[in-house]
Amino acid sequence: MLTGNAAAAWGVRLAEVDYIPVYPVTPQTEIIETLAKWISDGDMDSKLVTMDSEHSMITAAGAASATGVRAFTATSSQGLMYGFEMLYTVAGWRVPLVMVNVSRGLSSPITLEPDHNDVLAARDSGFLQIHCETCQEVLDSLLMAYRLVEDEQVLLPVIVNMDGFYLSFTREPVEVPELETVRKFLPPYQPRHAFFKASQPMAQGVAVLGGSMYSYFKYQMHLASQNALNVYKEVCGKFEKEFGRNYDTIEGYMLEDAKYVLVMTNSFSTLGKAAVNKARERGIKAGLLRLRLIRPFPVEDITGALKGRRAVAVIDQNISIGKGGILHSEIASCLYNEKQRPHLLSFIGGLGGKNISPGEFEFIFDNMIKVRGVEGEGEKTSQLLYTETEWKEMARLKGIAGKG
Amino acid sequence: MEGNGEIEGDSRKGVKEMEIERIKSIKDLPPEENVLPGTPTCAGCGGLLALRHCMKALGKRVVIVNAAGCFTLLSIYPFTPFKNSWLYTAMACAPAGAQGIRDALDILVKKSRLDPEEDLKVVVLTGDGAAYDMGLSSTSGAIYRNLDFYYICYDNEAYGNTGFQRSGATPFASKTGTTPPGRISPIGSELPKKDLFEIWNSHKPPYLATISPAHPVDLINKFKKAEQYKGPKLFIALSPCPPGWGIDSSYSVKLAKLAVDTGIWALKEAVFGEVKHTVVPKRFKPVEDYLKEQGRFAHLFKPVRREEALNKIQEMVNEYWNRHKLLL
Ligand SMILES: Cc1ncc(C[n+]2csc(CCOP(=O)(O)OP(=O)(O)O)c2C)c(N)n1
Ligand code: SF4
Repeated sequence: MLTGNAAAAWGVRLAEVDYIPVYPVTPQTEIIETLAKWISDGDMDSKLVTMDSEHSMITAAGAASATGVRAFTATSSQGLMYGFEMLYTVAGWRVPLVMVNVSRGLSSPITLEPDHNDVLAARDSGFLQIHCETCQEVLDSLLMAYRLVEDEQVLLPVIVNMDGFYLSFTREPVEVPELETVRKFLPPYQPRHAFFKASQPMAQGVAVLGGSMYSYFKYQMHLASQNALNVYKEVCGKFEKEFGRNYDTIEGYMLEDAKYVLVMTNSFSTLGKAAVNKARERGIKAGLLRLRLIRPFPVEDITGALKGRRAVAVIDQNISIGKGGILHSEIASCLYNEKQRPHLLSFIGGLGGKNISPGEFEFIFDNMIKVRGVEGEGEKTSQLLYTETEWKEMARLKGIAGKG
Repeated sequence: MEGNGEIEGDSRKGVKEMEIERIKSIKDLPPEENVLPGTPTCAGCGGLLALRHCMKALGKRVVIVNAAGCFTLLSIYPFTPFKNSWLYTAMACAPAGAQGIRDALDILVKKSRLDPEEDLKVVVLTGDGAAYDMGLSSTSGAIYRNLDFYYICYDNEAYGNTGFQRSGATPFASKTGTTPPGRISPIGSELPKKDLFEIWNSHKPPYLATISPAHPVDLINKFKKAEQYKGPKLFIALSPCPPGWGIDSSYSVKLAKLAVDTGIWALKEAVFGEVKHTVVPKRFKPVEDYLKEQGRFAHLFKPVRREEALNKIQEMVNEYWNRHKLLL
């Protein structure tokens, strides 16, 4: 039995990572403490350095990667924000850095429990993003991540994401693969594009003047990210062959004949799957689509999975203030040109780790069934999932605060 | 590896300084040029001149880690004036980039994935804005961790690349874009320059020195001395900046020299915290000789003479040299 954090640490250990600059932040810290202990005990041949901030940490990790070692780092929420400038910078260096983000709601108000505003804020940076539901998936995704981004057609950094508390601190049975098997799947990193050595001076991260050069390099990153879709499928196949577990870009749950589909990500998808089971008991043809690879966005896979359904409800565990659910917008853009596009509904749920209760899922399915109107029409705004009990409790707290 | 045998920085106590071979005159300057001409810096850039000398001392087996500033534009795709490697990071974090590179090179050598002959010196290159202000945390961290690296700060006493605004290095009474002398604030910058030398020296790094592009012999000898130490080797170069300082581009070296002759820029070094002055003028020139040459201090002389401010600057300089018992 391993927590999500311990599973991440095992992934790093098995990938035989050379270099790990770190900085503590809840709920990620257990990962770096686990690695530090292994290194101190001689179980892992890596160097770990405690940096002065996440900004420095991501810089050091990226620079080490640009020098030619396999590097790892981890952060969460405030830390990701603090290092934000360097996400874009390191991605532009085209280095295959792997970073774990343990999702946590962003301040303010300051909180500890998860939602995805942190990781989704990084979605345009050039980092690829793999979002995990289970502890096993965290370990496996780390191995896949190195293989994916070290491929010469990709060479971009990647974030492997898990939810704080619900996954980071939850113990689940995890199969830890043998190092020998991992070595067969993941060969050592041998950079041919970015390194520093005396006999071959190289200028990296240089400035450009003017938009045509800038556009060229930026668009190259986009194309590399698009390449990652195909490379991902290959990596997926090889991983399944070696370890017997399959992780596609998306995961369908009871999708085959489903008319009403929930779209979710990360650990709360488990709640969604339970809700699908319940809905099926009520005779509703329910299903769930879990998004796993979020950058690059697997447009074709998603479109293929959702077209022709009667209604789709995207549950965003994030909120783009002033717009609504972030993934809802992205899903909508996939479906807009589809002839058989479903009604699309948008819900905001689980912000700051708020539970999504069975009643709330029922409400969503009822909404999907009720939706009428022109083909392709859905809700125009996002709805917040919030129960009456929660509302009353909040009113009580406001009373205590003198704002009743 | 180039250079002398290294002394482990960890066994700091009892480290004895090695005898180094000093050069005596500019005729002895290393002839090699590692910064080639044709850069987009302004004519007469004092920082570039300092860097040119530093790179003579450091040689080719170097990777420069740069922070945002004027010198970021030295390497513009697809050109670089350097014979060595380069990584531009961002404004606050060049020392963290140096940490990543140094550690990675050590790992590669240790794991026999890189020939030790391929190893590089890691050199941070930033302006004063990055060094005195935004990069203070990452620099302090690198020095604290005893990172084996060089830091060259070209100090033009303001944010130069953005057009000369006040930084922590801006001296009292300087005009800058954000401290313009006016009716309410006739003096310009009201705050004295931060003492970065003392801030860095409080970490007791193996080697720390101030340098000047007008004193290349002193500069080269300092690099020669620094080479024996493993750990942080830090250099602050006062760097005349013609557009920001309001001087003719042919005046840079003269100004750099006047800064030393008036006692405004003290040339010194510190080994594990022990400070020693390396160039002490026999007779100090009045600070006015230095100030009146520069547009950024013109408001102290015209339309009215700001006697109080001028006295204050002279007193600050006197106080410094008195404190070090070097004012004759
Ligand atoms: C985080 C961040 N803030 C602001 C800037 C804008 N900026 C670019 S160069 C520069 C000035 C740097 O000043 P200094 O370190 O003194 O170097 P100089 O420009 O004088 O060479 C500034 C403020 C930036 N690049 N990054
Ligand atoms: S602005 Fe000053 S420091 Fe910058 S390049 Fe010009 S002279 Fe050099």
